[in-house]
Amino acid sequence: MEDAIREFLAANFFLGDDPAGLPGSASLIEAGVIDSTGVLELVGYLEDTFGIRIQDDELLPENLDTIDNVVGFVTRKQQEAGTAA
Amino acid sequence: MTGSGTVETDLLAIDPEEAVEAIVASLREIVGKELRRRGAVVGVSGGIDSSVTVALCSRAFGPGRTLAVLMPEADSSDDTLDLSRSVADSLGVQAVVEDITPILEAVRCYERRDEAVRRVVPEFGEGWRFKIVLPSVIGTDAYRLFTVVAQSPDGEQIEARLPAAEYLTIVAATNFKQRTRKMLEYFHADAHNYAVAGTPNRLEYDQGFFVKLGDGAADVKPIAHLYKTQVYRLAEYLEIPEKVRARKPTTDTYSLEQTQDEFYFSLPYEQMDLCLYGHNNGISADELAGLIGIAAEDIHRVYEDIDQKRRTTRYLHLGAQLVEPVPEVPAKAS
Repeated sequence: MEDAIREFLAANFFLGDDPAGLPGSASLIEAGVIDSTGVLELVGYLEDTFGIRIQDDELLPENLDTIDNVVGFVTRKQQEAGTAA
Repeated sequence: MTGSGTVETDLLAIDPEEAVEAIVASLREIVGKELRRRGAVVGVSGGIDSSVTVALCSRAFGPGRTLAVLMPEADSSDDTLDLSRSVADSLGVQAVVEDITPILEAVRCYERRDEAVRRVVPEFGEGWRFKIVLPSVIGTDAYRLFTVVAQSPDGEQIEARLPAAEYLTIVAATNFKQRTRKMLEYFHADAHNYAVAGTPNRLEYDQGFFVKLGDGAADVKPIAHLYKTQVYRLAEYLEIPEKVRARKPTTDTYSLEQTQDEFYFSLPYEQMDLCLYGHNNGISADELAGLIGIAAEDIHRVYEDIDQKRRTTRYLHLGAQLVEPVPEVPAKAS
């Protein structure tokens, strides 16, 4: 999942000269990787790719602002969906 | 911050007579001596900013050398044209009306936009109106995503989150409006050897609330250094018609009425002005909270939002970037 997310970010945003070197804990907003439109694109990508629905109250930095947070968040969402199914 | 004035009047206090004199002197210097144009064109919308701008130009160049261009379109409010005319009439400046609807239809502005809305709200059709809105930063650290609000002819409202592609297409299509208006302003400016005066106030200029090569384009921006609260003070001093001064700031861009703070700014302009002033002048969130009655954590969020908007709209302020400098052609007026 992390590789897919990194691939999406690298294909759509400027990650600097060393995309693979972006730490999983780096703030995507503060690093200038994504802006508000980028968040919109990231949310759409996660929903379409991983079959989840992200609610407005989940649009939080602790869920979406770093690659580590995104991976953890999507994993939790998928597990919740699996539990509910 | 003490005495009989309110926080607003104390922090953003301005001597309107002095401010008007300074702007008028600068306009004459910039337009006459540096740009070598003999008057000014202003796109007048019936809002406070364009009304004050055209009044300042009229003082600087005389009503005979100030041209108001009124450019309504299909989605403009019913009162836009009357308000604009009342401003031009009160100043005695010449007004030209250019209905831009046929141009917008020709470039498929409405069609492209409506197709994008329909991808999100399939019911959207004839007689429906819509706007796009952004949640407030107040009370939450959540990222804010745009929502489309569509209203059927019988008043039923449907709200849906906008995916990136549809959001960008709606904005791109809507930007035809500001760019068409600017094209016509430059037609009249060229035809009269006038300069185009842009109308952004400080909030709009600082926060990038304009369309590049649309309302962001101009030869001179007479009120870009003034907070909106100060623009209202000038409007009073310049005797702009009361009904214009009483009008709620609106984008007048979407078919459903949309205030500027639900589309772009975090707060109504009175509070946004104070936050921008506070941030610009090193007033801490805690200190400003005590002055204006908004929670410090919310002011901190607004300060962060101000910085974020400056970063994301930086490119709107930039002209075309050169790969290598051409020192023989200075970019700034001497």
